[in-house]
Amino acid sequence: MKNSALAGPAATSAASWGTRMLAMDYRGPYRVRLSEKPMPRLLHPRDAIVRVTRSCICGSDLHLYHGMVPDTRVGSTFGHEFCGVVEEVGAEVQNLAPGDHVLVPFNIACGHCHFCQQGLYGNCHESNPQATAVGGIFGYSHTAGGYDGGQAEYVRVPYADVGPTKIPDWMDPDDAVLLTDVVPTGYQAAEMGGIQKGDTVVIFGTGPVGIMAARAAWLFGAGRVIVLDMYDYRLDFVRTYGPAEVYNFKELDDVVVFLKKTTDGLGADVAIDAVGGDASGNAWHWLFGTKLKLEAGSAIPLHWAINAVKKGGIVSVVGVYGPTGNMVPIGNVVNKGITIRANQASVKRLLPRLIEHVRAGRIDPKALITHRVPLSDVADAYHLFANKLDGCIKPVLVPHAG
Amino acid sequence: MERPAKTLSPALADPATIPGWGVDADARNDPTYPIRDQSHDHGLTRRWDRPPVQQPDVEILQSIEHVRQPAVVGTSVPPRGVSGALRRLAFRWSESNWLHWLILLGADRVDVVEGVMEDLSRGTLPNVPAEMGLGAAWRHDRERLVTRWALAAGTVAVGAAIAANVRRERLAARRTVLLPARSHEEGSGTRI
Ligand SMILES: NC(=O)c1ccc[n+]([C@@H]2O[C@H](COP(=O)([O-])OP(=O)(O)OC[C@H]3O[C@@H](n4cnc5c(N)ncnc54)[C@H](O)[C@@H]3O)[C@@H](O)[C@H]2O)c1
Ligand SMILES: [Zn+2]
Ligand SMILES: [Zn+2]
Repeated sequence: MKNSALAGPAATSAASWGTRMLAMDYRGPYRVRLSEKPMPRLLHPRDAIVRVTRSCICGSDLHLYHGMVPDTRVGSTFGHEFCGVVEEVGAEVQNLAPGDHVLVPFNIACGHCHFCQQGLYGNCHESNPQATAVGGIFGYSHTAGGYDGGQAEYVRVPYADVGPTKIPDWMDPDDAVLLTDVVPTGYQAAEMGGIQKGDTVVIFGTGPVGIMAARAAWLFGAGRVIVLDMYDYRLDFVRTYGPAEVYNFKELDDVVVFLKKTTDGLGADVAIDAVGGDASGNAWHWLFGTKLKLEAGSAIPLHWAINAVKKGGIVSVVGVYGPTGNMVPIGNVVNKGITIRANQASVKRLLPRLIEHVRAGRIDPKALITHRVPLSDVADAYHLFANKLDGCIKPVLVPHAG
Repeated sequence: MERPAKTLSPALADPATIPGWGVDADARNDPTYPIRDQSHDHGLTRRWDRPPVQQPDVEILQSIEHVRQPAVVGTSVPPRGVSGALRRLAFRWSESNWLHWLILLGADRVDVVEGVMEDLSRGTLPNVPAEMGLGAAWRHDRERLVTRWALAAGTVAVGAAIAANVRRERLAARRTVLLPARSHEEGSGTRI
């Protein structure tokens, strides 16, 4: 499409490579398109080049799409949830060979640093020059390392021996692509909740992450799982998929009072924020966070979680907020003796267990996929997912489709 | 149990001389379990088995909180133009400083304008409705889209009407100024 003058960056070095590819191209808030870009190249002896077979759009991409993440440069390619076929490997790559079909965790992790050694693959210190607080993430702005992502025909995958995992023969690639982020994130949300058998767990958000958190809460022995959102079609889905008790927060007078009353006046044992900074439901946070950017997105789900959990309870946060700061009732965290746990999911750490869960039929990831869209329709797919149209839960982009 | 020294920094005090050192240590008091495996915490040293260090051929901005370049870096869209200058400026401050992030957000907005200029300079007019995915809105959210268009069109129409009215009044006022004979009749000669 278009003429070859539509080059991305580094056109000179790519010219010697010769070929070009199609990739999602961020042009500004609410504006994305498909453009021709130079083929990615091996830039490090531990790199691989992967031909993408499936690539999802994630709730995290919406923070980028809405212009909320600092240092999101025009011309970037998003996409951190993808699987594909290895095309080429660097000199030091030992575990992968061209032709392998791999799922690629969203974290770029070296496997050797202080943090990777302790299993914190989402907090690697050798993959993000722009920030020490954030690990390296594919296609997630320069604040997450400045890597082009997988919403493209091809993608450069650093540390190819560490993250990428061969998709088992028996596994459907649709399940595999959801193991790159959604399933581990929902699972870790429940894990960080330190759920004890019989616990009442309340989850804010029924995106793919919240849905998976609801499913995983049972695996950890929850006694009661309550989920809140504002979209009935998503609540209907999780009602049976979780299963879970569901409530539309738009229909509740006061979310916290409601949750207190339904837990005999005490509050939930565990509360999970699976929404993040693109939340709705509060005019103040909307004004300060969403519109004025004086806080890093709307923190109302975290506010509710802190106030609706019981004293001594645990708040687990996987919803993503920006790096500046948010208004949250930290005084209540102290007074109530709440334990807050949070992180970017450590996908590699969890993969062996999760693959086992999929094999045993305890988790059915692909049931979340509602839309399968050719990469060329990327702009429509973003609009559809961002506005929760057409019953969308999880859209998958398919490159090389026709 | 001998653990490796957990810090390379010079200690001011020798724990062996502190009365009661470690008597209440409790390995189970580890709120990071099972997310972080502390048995592999080799202390606050950056001497791990480093991967080879990538030599990027584009400009990489680096947080001043890093003590060295991470072994692998992303080379997408190096800083350029006015937005690039702003980004370089932002990196004078640490991640702990709001200014750092606010300047970057500002640079992102400038980058959008530079992106459009880049498109135009190549002779392409960005198809903004298509980029915004309005096709999907048309198929699945038509009512809201049409309402928005109607609202936008209405706003434009009302705005235009007001502007036209203001213009007419101004012209009328000017005419009254220019024609002193009539300004007496209307008494509006002082209007601008
Ligand atoms: N920590 C990680 O590793 C990690 C990984 C992936 C995604 N995430 C984050 O998880 C969050 C959810 O991702 P997703 O893909 O499910 O997104 P999504 O956009 O599909 O879902 C978010 C849901 O939250 C709902 N919501 C909005 N305001 C709410 C409120 N006040 N209370 C309850 N629900 C509310 C929305 O209606 C929507 O259904 C995002 O912030 C994303 O960035 C984190
Ligand atoms: Zn994701
Ligand atoms: Zn690492």
